[in-house]
Amino acid sequence: MATTQSALDRREVVARLLAGRDGLLVVTGLGSPTYDVHAAGDHDGNYYLWGAMGAAALVGLGLAQTQPDRTVVVITGDGEQLMGLGGLATIAVTNPQNLVVVVIDNNHFGETGMQVSHTGHGLDLAAVARSCGFSEARMACDTGGVEEIARALHAPASGARFFVIKVKAENPPRSLPPRDAVHIKNRFRAHLGLGTM
Amino acid sequence: MQLLEAKVFGGAVTGEDTAKSLDQGLLNEDWPSQLYRVLKAARVRQVSYVPDAGHSELIRLFAADPGVVSNVLTTEEEGIAIATGAWLGGSRSVLLLQSSGVGNCVNMLSLVTMTRTPLLMLVTMRGEWAEFNPWQVPMGLATAPVLTAMGIRVMRAETPHDLIETVESAATLAFDAEQQVAVLLSQRLLGAKKW
Repeated sequence: MATTQSALDRREVVARLLAGRDGLLVVTGLGSPTYDVHAAGDHDGNYYLWGAMGAAALVGLGLAQTQPDRTVVVITGDGEQLMGLGGLATIAVTNPQNLVVVVIDNNHFGETGMQVSHTGHGLDLAAVARSCGFSEARMACDTGGVEEIARALHAPASGARFFVIKVKAENPPRSLPPRDAVHIKNRFRAHLGLGTM
Repeated sequence: MQLLEAKVFGGAVTGEDTAKSLDQGLLNEDWPSQLYRVLKAARVRQVSYVPDAGHSELIRLFAADPGVVSNVLTTEEEGIAIATGAWLGGSRSVLLLQSSGVGNCVNMLSLVTMTRTPLLMLVTMRGEWAEFNPWQVPMGLATAPVLTAMGIRVMRAETPHDLIETVESAATLAFDAEQQVAVLLSQRLLGAKKW
């Protein structure tokens, strides 16, 4: 299988996706995507995961089903999404139009020593999502493609969407959000006008 | 959240209705229907499941309910992540699974314990009462210890009456006290699988 390479900088990509984010609700997959989203600017509408590998897109699904008038963007990595491949099948069954999954794909497990991941061995996550039944699924590997995806986050859709953005394999300096998961949960819920106990 | 739920559940079954049906009830109504009413009264509006014969009637009732979103899962741990997202957005979720599926959930349970997110799991037990299939036994034995080891509160029902009261209590613990609760439905209650 051929592997798609890219010279895109992950921090610049994520910053571009979230520039002018308006009402977007953002769920992040553990590791680099969590740091990338935090580096782009902390926000009460961000829900950062520090663990639960494979959960990000499905947390996004549960949230999207509950907040149908808000766009939910999951920003995760190739390794994290690979652990939740079955979840793509589950998402596609209800196929919520307000859910967007964006995989920042560097072809590697960046957090654990840059071991080559399945996408680095040629697996095409967008093709998997398309096969599962996402309304739209495609890959970008240049700035033009990132621009299109950034605009798509604010455009109406007919169902769940899945975008893979290929980036350079590197570990930029970590930008760490709070690890206090209860705090992040309550902050996120308060952002939506929901109370605590 | 109160506003959101009041709006959504304007026409839903009330606690009073449930109490009445419980009083009149278990003799002339099957326990899955009672369970459905209890969960509706608890304002559940999302359900996730890996199918199990013991849950089939409840799955059917939820699927027919336009006020509840149903998610069929490829593996049980997905339901824990979905329930977490639902609570983030202000709604209540329940996860239906078989005891074998508890083993698939182990690491994902850290999500709800770390975030102190309400979790209500209804686990149909296999491998304990008149079990024909020995492959069900190891996870049947491990179900409660595994849940407990991950910090999940385990409750158990042996009879239909137990079950309704236990699930009512578990729903309060989960959604009002932000606890993570698994109710185990004994295989004796469900009846041994016919081969």
